[in-house]
Amino acid sequence: MTDRADQRARWREAAGADAPDWRNALFVAPYLFVFATLLAFPLFWGVWLSFHKADFFSLGPFIGFGNYVRLFHDAVFLQAIENTFYFVLLTVPALALIGLFLALALNANTRLATILRSLFFSSSVLSVTIVTLIWRFVFIPQYGMLAAIFSLFGAEPPAFLTDPNLAMIAIAITTIWWCVGLPMMLFLAALQQIPGDVYEAAALDNASRWRTLVSITLPSIRRTFVLVAIVEIVMQFQLFGQAWLMTRGGPNNLTRPIVLHIYDIAFRRWDVGLGAAASEVLFALILVAAMLQYLASRRGDEP
Amino acid sequence: MTAQIDVTNVSKSFGSLRVIENLSLSIPAREFVVFLGPSGCGKSTLLRMIAGLESVDEGEIAINGERIDHLPPGKRGVAMVFQSYALYPHMTVRQNMAFGLENVGVAKATIAARVADAARMLEIGHLLDRKPGQLSGGQRQRVAIGRAVVKEPDAFLFDEPLSNLDAALRARTRIELAQLHQRLRSTMIFVTHDQVEAMTLADRIVVMNNRRIEQIGSPMAIYDRPATRFVAGFVGTPQMNFLDIRGAAARPEGLEVRLGDDFAVRTRVDPAAAERVATFGIRAEAVQVRPAGQGDADGVVDVLERLGDRALAHVRLADGAVVVANEIGQTRLSVGDRVALRFDADKAHLFDAAGVAFHSRSAP
Repeated sequence: MTDRADQRARWREAAGADAPDWRNALFVAPYLFVFATLLAFPLFWGVWLSFHKADFFSLGPFIGFGNYVRLFHDAVFLQAIENTFYFVLLTVPALALIGLFLALALNANTRLATILRSLFFSSSVLSVTIVTLIWRFVFIPQYGMLAAIFSLFGAEPPAFLTDPNLAMIAIAITTIWWCVGLPMMLFLAALQQIPGDVYEAAALDNASRWRTLVSITLPSIRRTFVLVAIVEIVMQFQLFGQAWLMTRGGPNNLTRPIVLHIYDIAFRRWDVGLGAAASEVLFALILVAAMLQYLASRRGDEP
Repeated sequence: MTAQIDVTNVSKSFGSLRVIENLSLSIPAREFVVFLGPSGCGKSTLLRMIAGLESVDEGEIAINGERIDHLPPGKRGVAMVFQSYALYPHMTVRQNMAFGLENVGVAKATIAARVADAARMLEIGHLLDRKPGQLSGGQRQRVAIGRAVVKEPDAFLFDEPLSNLDAALRARTRIELAQLHQRLRSTMIFVTHDQVEAMTLADRIVVMNNRRIEQIGSPMAIYDRPATRFVAGFVGTPQMNFLDIRGAAARPEGLEVRLGDDFAVRTRVDPAAAERVATFGIRAEAVQVRPAGQGDADGVVDVLERLGDRALAHVRLADGAVVVANEIGQTRLSVGDRVALRFDADKAHLFDAAGVAFHSRSAP
């Protein structure tokens, strides 16, 4: 040991063995810097902004909950909240169930399963622009794929992107196609964690395929189900690109999600304070939804 | 409640790798049979083929005369205890034990009674409402056995069930398994690479090596009259001593072999084998340590293993070969001592180049 190391060891001894060595803080400093400046600070700055009348050039007067009051008197914002909930309801259960189904079907060590796994995941790597372009080709009236299929049977295709009842469903279908790769992969990873001898024990216990699925497989991946639900809730509440690129929020604001509304308020109308308030509302909604899902899944789960 | 199991000309390959080669075996009802062998000898595969967890490439497996190798595992009337226990992690102990019975539609009251019986027998009654994650290794082991017992199978299959337990628990569970067999009188097949488990539990041991059966016999027959050099070396602690044979001569009472730096041991093996014998084998307890010059061969004590009730003296002979001798009681030897070794020729074994054994003509 060098003299300096010796000396340091003595200091540490004097300060007690558990005394923190502050030089270790250097190792976490880069991350702490990024966390503080890009995550923590904007979070609190956003809250602070939401209590002000502000634009991009100046922080105006403090108006307390004024922005929030305005928001909840804004029929379009309330419509956007409703739209977003509808969208989450359309996509999250479908994503979880389809992802689970694909994972169960493709959890095999065959070449075909490997190819199909990559195929189903491949849509996830596309950008939202490409995805919406593909699906606009499907949905577009007269020339789209659906139109072609319907005309084979001499039927009139539904106007998916302009019908008030169908527009959000079209966006949901697009989103499910785009996003199903991640839940599938998470479920596959969970399925592969189940030890094979448990299935062998079940086979010796005369369990049918259905009974094995319900009594062995599904309980074993319950935690992953919760994970998928929470991840997807958080992600799908933030719908923006698909709605913006496919319908611009129309018809009649029926596919306008919260994020699109925030974008309109803050970046097109330059009402940054109001936009910040709307963002906080979205943040609270996501937090509550994810927590509810988490708590619901915890019930009946013994230690 | 018990089964005669017949395995006839069974072969098995995984891809191009042959793991079982034309193997036949008959296990009478109520017998406790142990498949003993080193890793990769095919013993677990054979057990899993009887259980139905591996397909049979060639040959037949029958239980009570009825061919079962095409039946799914659940329809064969066997229960299996896995090395890792394979309990259902999200079910309670009670549900774990009831699962197999529920699947075949046994009445609820019967299930409850059988689970209660098994729990009492295995002393796991207080654990019935816990989940496997809350149990110790030994408790999980008991639950796994309980799950097999409640099914009242024709045959129990154990796949190295003791290898995940610590030494003390392993010894205790071994005795309990023997008692379980006494009580249930079911056919039991037990796979292990631990010869102590095999010797203590088995009515008969099936020693396997390299895809085939080396010997089938009672533990003492396997120990006293090993059929091959592999069996002789694999069974018994310490391992049997092997010495190269330099020459053999027929004598009226048996074959005399010349070993090491040319000392002779007069065995009672049939002299007809004189041309074939290549290796001399003798267990440590048949080698006696004597003062130098008063035995068959002289040597120097190299290592001394004191085991309390006895000691193992590793003695290096003049030609460099090391022979282990068993000293009963507290030895007065110390490392470096010059001693003589006396071989109990009645208990010597001779092996030919292919490993086939020759034993004393009279039972030792």
